[in-house]
Amino acid sequence: MTLIQESPAVLDPGTTSRLLEVDGLSVRFPAGRGTAPVHAVREVSLTVDSGECLAIVGESGSGKSVTARSLVGLAGDTAQVTASTLEFEGQDLGRLSRTAWRRLRGARIGFVLQDALTSLDPLRRVGDEVGEALLVHRSLRGEGLAKAARDELRAVGIPDPEVRARQYPHELSGGLRQRALIASAIVAGPSLVIADEPTTALDVTVQAQVLDLLAAKKAAGTAVLLISHDIAVVARLADRVAVMYAGLIVEEGPTDEILSRPAHPYTADLLAAVPAFGRSGAAVAAGTRPGGLLAPPSTGPGCPYAGRCALADDRCRSELPPPVPQAAGRSARCWHAGEYALEAATPEDSPARPGVAATRPVLEAREISKRFRSPGGSWRAAVDRVSFTVHAGEALGVVGESGSGKTTTADIVLGMLDPDAGEVRLDDTPWSGVSERERRPRRSRIQIVHQDALSSFDPRYSVEQIIGEALGRTSRRGAAAVRDQIVALLRQVGLDHGDLQRRGASLSGGQRQRVAIARAIAPGPEVLVCDEPVSALDVSVQAQILDLFTRLQRDLGVALLFISHDLGVIHQICDRVLVMKDGAVVESGPVEQLFSTPQHDYTRALISALPGVTPGG
Amino acid sequence: MSTLDITHEPDPGRAASGLLVTGNLRARRPSVVAAALLLALLAVAAVWPSAFASHPNQPDLGAAFRGPSPTHLLGTDQLGRDTFARLVHGTRTSLLIGLGGTALAAAGGALWGLVAALGGRIADEVTMRIADILMAFPSLLLALVVVSVLGPGQENVLLAIGLSLMPIFARIVRIQAKVVASSLYVSSARGLGVSPLRIVVGHVLPNVGPSVLVIATMNVGGAIIAGASLSFLGLGGSASSPDWGSMLAETRGYLQADWWLPVAPGLAITLTVVALSVVGRAMQQRAKGSGR
Amino acid sequence: MHYRRWVVRRLWLGILVIWGAATTSFVALQLLPGNPALVIAGGGNNYPSEATLRAVERTYGFDKSIVTQYLTFLGRLLRGDFGDSYQLHQPVGSILSSQAAASAELAAGGAIIGALVGVAVALATAGRPRAAGAARCLELLAVSTPGFWIGLVLLSLFSFDLHLFPVIGNDGVSSLVLPWITLALPVAGSTSLVMREEMEQALVQPFALTVRARGVSESRLRSRHLLKHTAPPVLTLSSWIVGQLFGGVVVIEQVFARDGLGQTLVAAVEGRDLPVVTGVVVFVAVVFVLVNFVVDGLYLAVDPRLRRQPA
Repeated sequence: MTLIQESPAVLDPGTTSRLLEVDGLSVRFPAGRGTAPVHAVREVSLTVDSGECLAIVGESGSGKSVTARSLVGLAGDTAQVTASTLEFEGQDLGRLSRTAWRRLRGARIGFVLQDALTSLDPLRRVGDEVGEALLVHRSLRGEGLAKAARDELRAVGIPDPEVRARQYPHELSGGLRQRALIASAIVAGPSLVIADEPTTALDVTVQAQVLDLLAAKKAAGTAVLLISHDIAVVARLADRVAVMYAGLIVEEGPTDEILSRPAHPYTADLLAAVPAFGRSGAAVAAGTRPGGLLAPPSTGPGCPYAGRCALADDRCRSELPPPVPQAAGRSARCWHAGEYALEAATPEDSPARPGVAATRPVLEAREISKRFRSPGGSWRAAVDRVSFTVHAGEALGVVGESGSGKTTTADIVLGMLDPDAGEVRLDDTPWSGVSERERRPRRSRIQIVHQDALSSFDPRYSVEQIIGEALGRTSRRGAAAVRDQIVALLRQVGLDHGDLQRRGASLSGGQRQRVAIARAIAPGPEVLVCDEPVSALDVSVQAQILDLFTRLQRDLGVALLFISHDLGVIHQICDRVLVMKDGAVVESGPVEQLFSTPQHDYTRALISALPGVTPGG
Repeated sequence: MSTLDITHEPDPGRAASGLLVTGNLRARRPSVVAAALLLALLAVAAVWPSAFASHPNQPDLGAAFRGPSPTHLLGTDQLGRDTFARLVHGTRTSLLIGLGGTALAAAGGALWGLVAALGGRIADEVTMRIADILMAFPSLLLALVVVSVLGPGQENVLLAIGLSLMPIFARIVRIQAKVVASSLYVSSARGLGVSPLRIVVGHVLPNVGPSVLVIATMNVGGAIIAGASLSFLGLGGSASSPDWGSMLAETRGYLQADWWLPVAPGLAITLTVVALSVVGRAMQQRAKGSGR
Repeated sequence: MHYRRWVVRRLWLGILVIWGAATTSFVALQLLPGNPALVIAGGGNNYPSEATLRAVERTYGFDKSIVTQYLTFLGRLLRGDFGDSYQLHQPVGSILSSQAAASAELAAGGAIIGALVGVAVALATAGRPRAAGAARCLELLAVSTPGFWIGLVLLSLFSFDLHLFPVIGNDGVSSLVLPWITLALPVAGSTSLVMREEMEQALVQPFALTVRARGVSESRLRSRHLLKHTAPPVLTLSSWIVGQLFGGVVVIEQVFARDGLGQTLVAAVEGRDLPVVTGVVVFVAVVFVLVNFVVDGLYLAVDPRLRRQPA
């Protein structure tokens, strides 16, 4: 059914063979203590041939990880897995005994999880972890095992494998650690590697290296089943894409085809929500369509996306569409496949970015520096002579990877940390180097929205108390007295009075971020520092929160200092941008200029990591 | 100001709220209910022992070493006193020592821990080294030292137990307070310009308090055993007001005559301590669940 | 490098703790109501003469200033001299050394049996809900039952009724069996409780999934991966257990009428024999410091993540 066309790394057709064939896979989790039964995976069918990469794309809760795990028999003790066909290398996986599963795992199918810091045993040496599959499957022991592990570490591009093999996972950098994890999965030479979000916690430049490693394995004939939420990652590696929504594969086909001409409305909406070069703020307008992208999947017999789909009709609501074959080896579970055009979005409703007017500076950083003592005892410059100015009502972006000093910069600007050298001025008055007593009454002028909104809420506080505190009412009764004001703030960020008594833990990721924003704007600040405020969110939720920032900037005239690792996000929100690396600003200027004529190699590397952009501009 | 037309993404709280309530009820195990009931019964016995049993010190030498019977539910001891009555009347002393000692330790330890956590580096260093020194005493040894100085007696036993548990509370409260003080929500409150005193009252105390209560519940059992041990060693209460430990001590010489004698007070201690730890664990689970 | 700094700091803390324990006992001695000379001279019932009391005060240095007494006390302590017992009129050091062996035998046996049983139960029941539930009930009982009661019940059952073991005394292994069991029960219960909980937590961590995805068997996952993860909390528990063992030794020696440090201490407390109490306190503090030194060293050996920052 699925022919491989235009895939970049097709082997000689004679040697390609069907490796994995799945038909009608369902995974159910029965009701447990305090949980409802979940039908996590529904009627999933897919195939993987040797030497190809199939990507399963979806947002959190779409069932993609459960699908991956059920293919190695590790969906969990309570999972009920059924399938009409579940074949790997001609073996019926449905009939495998426990012992047979163990012989398969690690030997024929490798499995890579995200975040090697927790996915490798933290108490064992890297070499032992990498070699374990050989010990189990090949009965290698002693020096032979150690040497095989070192060879594999070298093969995945880890320098000094002799040293690294004796270290523990926490002693390796994120990139090396992830390579070691991959090495531990492929050391026994499996014909299929299942990679579940293999690059998610990594910086973009490191991400590229890890993807190159997987691409090299693929070119050498290993099939890859890639699980990801990140379109950019998928575009780089996958030959074919399967899009999952609510446990169903809603669309499947060659990567280029799907990404450029999505047939299913969900795929189209998902792609539209990705902030990327070439599609600036106005076009990213998921929230403008009827229902938006964000309500929970519809229950009932029909298409789960019917509740939010612009094309939905009675048939969609009553009857689940089967996978309908499309042109070019594609299929889509939609009665209206291909009828939905991206241009159908009406850009009028989405917030236009306020223009940059030459206004007075509200926040100035002059040559600020900060050093920290590293565990070894030496000093490390976290922020090195950084200067910038934020004007009233403008959005200044700060882009950089982990360790670039962007969060330390935010702490200094907020007056949480005093710089070792340099000065911060707020409203043209000294802000750094003054006593906390002097600073406290002026703190309302500058507020922050954190990445981890939940941690920024007192777990005992209701939404009303959280925002009440920002209005100077620290007691529960005090907060109730200004309830009207609090409700008005909630409305401004898209929540309502029904959310007043809820706790942070019971809110969804997007709702938490909205509450955090409401709290930040409550004291009427002039500057809002946003520290990676959308990085932890699903792409469709992210699009809505970004819209919200732009609206608030326009309606309230508040200036944004927007910190992110994602140039796409910065591009959508900001007027000007600073690029930070190792504590220093390496490049700065208007966003458009930065994208069209990047000066610094590092900027170019960041841009090339964006989806839909070919490197080397 | 424009209102936003934003639809909600999947909303875990609202959608599942009905389900969660019933889920919680089901999760509340029968063992926890039974334990809580037992503790309530003990509390009543401690406050109003004569509701359950007659006078505990009525000697009746003719009726010594009787087995259980309708008149003497748990039999009689070497002096013919009703074991059940003594058990019921002993509840007050045993619970008082357990609860009082723990309460003393919790109050003192909480203050101690807060000073260490929030009072700056020198206060932290000094108070924690004192805790180190006290922790080097096994709690029974510390209690023995205190009793050797102050002399035997229920008040001194209570004080001794309180002192020996205090550094445990101090350490836990210190760590908890430090975690809260370095949390993102305290940093957010600072960023809003909330004063340090209000941060302590509004964030630190309410978030440390429940865990103190949980640790206290878990420790009452240990305190009851410690009190009983001291009584058993002859350093506890007076003969006129019986407690479970001294009841056990008195039976020692009569084991061969009647093996049944130590069973009742021993079971009373064990059941009480088990009930306390079952309830304590349930509280701990709940605190974990609601924290995140 | 790190290690030397760590060892130096540990040593310093250890000395501080021992000094603190000794000073606490000295202060306790000063707070003691009544005249220690009277205790030494045989107590109030002996009606010692004024002259006798003066002589005793001079011999023991009670007529000197408190500071002098304290410095003399510390000076002797440095030489390992705890002074003479008020009641037994023997050097405290020789009393301790004659009694410590019997107690150590008791404590070590109980701890080893308890630890072995606890680890075995945890390994066998972790991640198996039904077995774990049953084990948890028994463990709760074991940790919630006062040791002296277990001792009394065992005595009446095995010694009085079945005549399997001697009733009391210090002779041979057969007299140790019941005290060992009594002491081992709470150790086994608490070890197993903590260890199983830790294993079950490690079982749901991502690395356990990775290990399983390598085709590793369930038993290898437990023995080669999870077991190591239980070590830090079990180590934390072990220094607590040492304290509990001491309390256990005190009451069990009483129940089984065995000689040992516990009996000595209880007699000293009842007789207000403070030099003996001080001796036991300092001895226990030294043991505690040593145990903690070893435990902290083991933390570093087990968890490489802790080696980064010197403690």
